[in-house]
Amino acid sequence: MNAADLAPSYDLVVIGGGPAGLAAAATAARAGLATVLFDENPGVGGQIYRGITANPVRNRAILGDDYWAGAALATETKNSGALIVTGATVWSLDRTLTVGISIAGQARLLQAKRVIIATGSLERPFPIPGWTLPGVMTAGGAQTLLKAQGLVPSGRTVMAGSGPLLWLLAAQILRAGGKLEAIVDTGSKANWLRAAMYLPDFLLSPYFKKGLALLREVKAKALIIPGRQIAAIGTDKLREVDVDGRRLPADLLLLHQGVVPNVNLANAAGVAHRWDKRQLCFVPLLDQDFQSSVPGIAVAGDGAGIAGGTAAAERGRIAAIAAVRALKPGANVPDPQTARQRLQQEELGRAFLDELYRPIEALRQPEGDTIACRCEEVTAQQIRETARLGCEGPNQMKAFLRCGMGPCQGRLCGLTVTELIANERGTTPDEVGYYRLRPPVKPITLAELASIPISEAERKAVER
Amino acid sequence: MFKRLGDTGATLTLSVDGKPIRARIGDTVASAMLHAGIDHCRTTPVSGAPRAPYCLMGVCFECLVTVDGVGSRQGCLVPVREGMKIETQIGKREAGR
Amino acid sequence: MMAADYDVAVVGGGLVGVATAWGLSREGLKVVVLDEGDRAVRASRGNFALVWVQSKGLGLAPYAGWTIRSSNAWSGFSDLLKQETGLDVCFQRPGGFTLALSERELENRAATLKRLREQPGMVDYKIDMLDHDQVKRMLPDIGPEVVGGSYCALDGHVNSLRLFRTLHGALNARGVTYLPSHRVDNITREGGEFQLATPHGTITAGKVALAAGNANMRLAPMVGLECPMKPERGQIVVTERLRPFLNHPVVTLRQTDEGTVMMGDSKEESIDPTGLTLGVSATEASRAVRMFPLLKSANVVRTWSAIRVMTQDGFPIYDESETHPGAFTVCCHSGVTLAANHALTVAPMIARGTLDKSLVAPFSARRFHVQAAG
Repeated sequence: MNAADLAPSYDLVVIGGGPAGLAAAATAARAGLATVLFDENPGVGGQIYRGITANPVRNRAILGDDYWAGAALATETKNSGALIVTGATVWSLDRTLTVGISIAGQARLLQAKRVIIATGSLERPFPIPGWTLPGVMTAGGAQTLLKAQGLVPSGRTVMAGSGPLLWLLAAQILRAGGKLEAIVDTGSKANWLRAAMYLPDFLLSPYFKKGLALLREVKAKALIIPGRQIAAIGTDKLREVDVDGRRLPADLLLLHQGVVPNVNLANAAGVAHRWDKRQLCFVPLLDQDFQSSVPGIAVAGDGAGIAGGTAAAERGRIAAIAAVRALKPGANVPDPQTARQRLQQEELGRAFLDELYRPIEALRQPEGDTIACRCEEVTAQQIRETARLGCEGPNQMKAFLRCGMGPCQGRLCGLTVTELIANERGTTPDEVGYYRLRPPVKPITLAELASIPISEAERKAVER
Repeated sequence: MFKRLGDTGATLTLSVDGKPIRARIGDTVASAMLHAGIDHCRTTPVSGAPRAPYCLMGVCFECLVTVDGVGSRQGCLVPVREGMKIETQIGKREAGR
Repeated sequence: MMAADYDVAVVGGGLVGVATAWGLSREGLKVVVLDEGDRAVRASRGNFALVWVQSKGLGLAPYAGWTIRSSNAWSGFSDLLKQETGLDVCFQRPGGFTLALSERELENRAATLKRLREQPGMVDYKIDMLDHDQVKRMLPDIGPEVVGGSYCALDGHVNSLRLFRTLHGALNARGVTYLPSHRVDNITREGGEFQLATPHGTITAGKVALAAGNANMRLAPMVGLECPMKPERGQIVVTERLRPFLNHPVVTLRQTDEGTVMMGDSKEESIDPTGLTLGVSATEASRAVRMFPLLKSANVVRTWSAIRVMTQDGFPIYDESETHPGAFTVCCHSGVTLAANHALTVAPMIARGTLDKSLVAPFSARRFHVQAAG
């Protein structure tokens, strides 16, 4: 599909082809909305169902039933009448619901009547000494290699961190015949106390039995060691992992301490966000239909706050039903109550998981010359010192230190910078706020930017 | 660092800094480089430190490489093709490349 | 009478404010800077970082001389900052260009420069009109659509964000008090000192320097002064870091010491700092690749808009209050170019308690009344 082949406008533009985007596109298209779904990856599925339409992993037990459930959703969407465009990067979205898209180096602007942002989550920054070394990767990254390319770690592999995904990946690697030298569990005992009050709900949630089985499976086969201070050691690449002073030789270190909403597109579109104290991240302000503060823009899936893949699909359906009701009041749509009930069931155990796997402060708020901003190589100490100069927030910090100015546009440093400033100022992340983001949210070439339509007034604003 | 699970997918050949590597249809530039055991894919424009793919989902921009003469491509989002020429990116990108 | 908290309060923590505050501190005064917070509408975070001379002063000839004075002082200013902080703000003065992409643009440019030169009282400085080949000798990467341009050896640029940070760091090291989130709501003068009301209490100072950009329009009348403003929006496009290819800044395009390429110089009437007009960014990008075709494949990492501090006629306002002795306005566009003047010329005048009319009389806001009457 070329950018030129797209229609100038669509009833609904869905951004992201994970469970939320797939379910939203299918629901809307079946109800008769002219629907397009864009995803920048070579195939749909998002991160959770990565590679679902062309998976090289033949043994289904490795990835597990929860993964393969994504296949039905992908098929449902494919047959729904929605136009699915992969390899398509959305680089701009604004209050007028103009969508900037780039496909194979060609940029285009489209007009949407409604937009559902389903850009999901990304892994929380894990700023430890040496985390920029080759040989250090996110656990999610290794999982992507397994799902989409059938690649399993083969050298001396150490995993470190906390959270359900860490244990799931460990199980998948082990099932696939991979070896783990150790899993460094950075969980905190104090978390158990906070989590305990949510235990009754968790016992009722579908995650309880699955999670317990997973933990048992991994603990039977891998060495688990507790750790609070972790460092990746090496000059040109990873050689060792330091865990509280104990050195483990390693070729690959996989880091994970939970996932957080990928807010960049919504932020750039002007969607209001708030700090979520339990999930320790910014989440968009949304109503019960997942509509944001910008009329016509909804945020579904984990981008709306972390709740997992099944919940994401229900959120996508609810957001799509609202879009259909707004644009085609007479159209036949499922009763959103059904989706809401399923969503509630899915969300039941979330508070327990959030509290239990709350990443410890030492691994969120680095010190010294640990890099906070990977792109511009800005250290924690620089950020702390600049905060002490009176720099109150991330936008002034960016001007002073260039943190967040690189190509990742703050995705891997934003939360760290906000938390460090809050820590130095003795205030809350909510008070400190987040980077104000601007298009393009993903880089496009100057030639692409130059190719979009220019009005006479816009031209005259520059030419003299 | 990574081994292939089973024998799935047709193979093809691409080059990294002039040296041929084998990859599978379904690989991305980043996964092919990792499987080939290539330590790093770029050095940074700030300090010249070596970097390798980190997130594999398009958000970290660590896997930037030159693909068929075009610099700063995200290796984890570019599917491999037969005969593709990959170059590691050293420091700042050259204008016009 | 109680002693005031500070000798002087500078209202505004942007480049104009911190350059002035730094100069005041060098004069030995006890200084406080009152600033807004992280979400302040701040031109100092969105500027184009030129230290620019060519074409300044059309409509007010003394502005050309004032600009050249600052441009000439810039090298010494950056040396002083380096000595004090160890930070290099990367001031360079390689000479700069204005490029034309059509014969009409080139004619307009020549006509503008002619009118500039013919003004009475105009300081004489050299600006050359060059054709394509002459430009190409100095800028080898220009494309065929560049028909020519103007060149002035006095033009330069600086790392303005580092300048901003360096000045803030220098103030801190000097013991200047910096108070963010202290938006000034009201200013009164009683008992020979000023009271500045903020959400976090009242600050008292012997003198007040208003350097709050477009907000001076609101503040100046509180001390018997005026700053008629006409803010406008500008947009900038910036690329990833590239290896150095451009040795001279162009008024609409420059390569920073870090390697990124900035494109800018748009003007829109909108004063919404959160909005952005994509077509304006596209025009900047389009002109950039026509000027330097090798930029076509460079990645844009960010665009942004910022609100220019702009007086109603575009020229600076420096005033001292007759009704509120000790109150001054330091208000202008081009806070980067004029930073050396603000630090080294204006601040010492404020410290002495009176502006040197031989230097800044043309920039009094009284000119707006003369014009209105005329």
